Amino acid sequence: MTFMEDQVWSHPSPGLWSMRKAQIAALTVAFALIVGLSFGAGVSSLAGALSATVMGLVGVLSTWFVRRRFRAWRYQERNEDLIVARGVLVRRLSVVPYGRMQFVEVTAGPVERAFNLATVKLHTAAAASDARIPGLHPDEAARLRDRLTELGESKAAGM
Amino acid sequence: MNARPPNQDGWRRLHPLSPIARIGRLVPILIFGFVLSLNRGAAQGGPSAEIYYVIALAGLSVVLGFVHWMVTRWKLDGETLRIETGLIRRDARQLPLARIQSVDIVRPLLARVLGISELRIRLAGSGSADGRLAYLHESEAIQLRGRLLAGLHELDPAITEDLEQPMASVRTGRLVASVLLSGTSMILVTVVAALVITAVVSPKVAAAAVGFMAVYILGLATAVWRLLSNEYHFEAVEAPEGVRIRRGLLETVTETIPYGRIQAIRQREPLLWRPFGWCRLEVDIAGASARNQRGEGSSVTRKALLPVGQRRDSYHLVDRLMGTRYPTMTPPPRQARLKAPMSFHFLSAGHDESHAVSITGRIRKETTWVPLEKSQSIRMVQGPVQRHFGLASVHVDVAGRRVRAEFRDRSAEEANRLVEELSDLSRLARLHPTKAPATRRGSAAVASDNIPEGWYADPSGRHAFRYWMDGRWTEHVSDGGTTTVDPP
Repeated sequence: MTFMEDQVWSHPSPGLWSMRKAQIAALTVAFALIVGLSFGAGVSSLAGALSATVMGLVGVLSTWFVRRRFRAWRYQERNEDLIVARGVLVRRLSVVPYGRMQFVEVTAGPVERAFNLATVKLHTAAAASDARIPGLHPDEAARLRDRLTELGESKAAGM
Repeated sequence: MNARPPNQDGWRRLHPLSPIARIGRLVPILIFGFVLSLNRGAAQGGPSAEIYYVIALAGLSVVLGFVHWMVTRWKLDGETLRIETGLIRRDARQLPLARIQSVDIVRPLLARVLGISELRIRLAGSGSADGRLAYLHESEAIQLRGRLLAGLHELDPAITEDLEQPMASVRTGRLVASVLLSGTSMILVTVVAALVITAVVSPKVAAAAVGFMAVYILGLATAVWRLLSNEYHFEAVEAPEGVRIRRGLLETVTETIPYGRIQAIRQREPLLWRPFGWCRLEVDIAGASARNQRGEGSSVTRKALLPVGQRRDSYHLVDRLMGTRYPTMTPPPRQARLKAPMSFHFLSAGHDESHAVSITGRIRKETTWVPLEKSQSIRMVQGPVQRHFGLASVHVDVAGRRVRAEFRDRSAEEANRLVEELSDLSRLARLHPTKAPATRRGSAAVASDNIPEGWYADPSGRHAFRYWMDGRWTEHVSDGGTTTVDPP
């Protein structure tokens, strides 16, 4: 997708990549342990070691994929609308006019809080609008929220 | 017009016969209970206990209805309609006139006999509830509807009733045929036929099957009956404040949709109807729903504008409501044939400065008109297969869950250009909303010498569409979005 490549895109903070890495590492270790131990106890220790290695490889592969996903996620604040682009396999790009915004939601789950991150989500009357920006620094999230709310009020168009 | 004057502060009550009309909802249960009690009674040689339950239930419902009537009052207070109800949990609603999306008058059978009607008011926005006034005197309901909708269009409430012009109606024969050719009745017919065949072959198995399937068969039959009774005597007229729809067999419904409230119009052409050239026209209006608490988009109500009709009637309706002709429709590029081999010949999309129109699907062929001034967001989606062929889809979303015009499988460069163009046009359209057709009044007519210029089904049958202009067919024809020339 070559949409508006000449203009400046903002990206989620590198903290999101650290969080994704930690999540993948935790999941990979957990799966490798479960699969490896059950095969090791049930079949043979060689089968256990092999299956644990396969799990480790899957983890490395998914790290590569998640890395691409992380880099694909970007947004752009323009004068009249916000553009959010994401996705590697299925690429999506949403253009949401500030005037159509119903409310802005900032969420931070326990894992996100541990990495000092927050997610900003823009809601419009259309369910499909799909304008979500994960992995923002809380200050950036708050700035974006305030700016979007302000712009939304000044350009509100209702239904 | 109204027999009961309001008290000093403007509060009014519902019609005194409302409690009786409310029993109407219980009639099926009451009849069932009554029949049950007669059956049992016949066996015992006297009335059984059930008949007392039935009487008690009817009595209770009248008492509850009376209490409801006692505690309910309403008032039109400048720019808001206020409704207060509830004995234990008091519920005071304020319905701002500016947010009204549609007003319906519903008359169930019993209410029709009593000469009273229910008024339903639909509002926009998530979280807020709709307003209901059950029941008002018929003339009072019509008067109130006029005042509620006049606020939207600065019309004199007194004149709204006389200026109706017919737009479309459905003959009973065609409605019955279309219902019989619908998916639901096809399933019903298949199931019943299968049961009859089984009954001939082995009655025992059939009896067991009937016992097992009775609920489903009854459900299907009810659904088919609903389709028929809901859209019986369907008539759409053009009123100054919007399009008005009248329909119904036992329960009649009059819906009024203000022109500026239409989110999208969609024309469906089911496979089984296509030999007859029939289609169904539906309109999406924003509404409120209590279930929708997470704010995941407002809910949308879909109403039939034409349950079944010729494409020509349908185009006429679209033209009157959207105030636009078909924009220039273009098919997707050649590569799309490989990605969508089935529907390629049907896919097409186009837009002008105020509307986006798209055609998708082969088996479920749908044409969607979306006014750009209603667009909520513009999206571009590109799946892996599409990327391989250099294609992408562009969606124009309007309020609701899955309401959109979809420019499916356009070339990637075109999709990029479309996203920019459509978001700019949407912004302009929001700044300068289009005029309602009511203000361009004068050209409306259904006489054949006065059909507005536009694309209609080709009468010669050689092409999908032919352009009609100045009271005659032109040589311009269109197939699947490509326009060519062929003298009529």
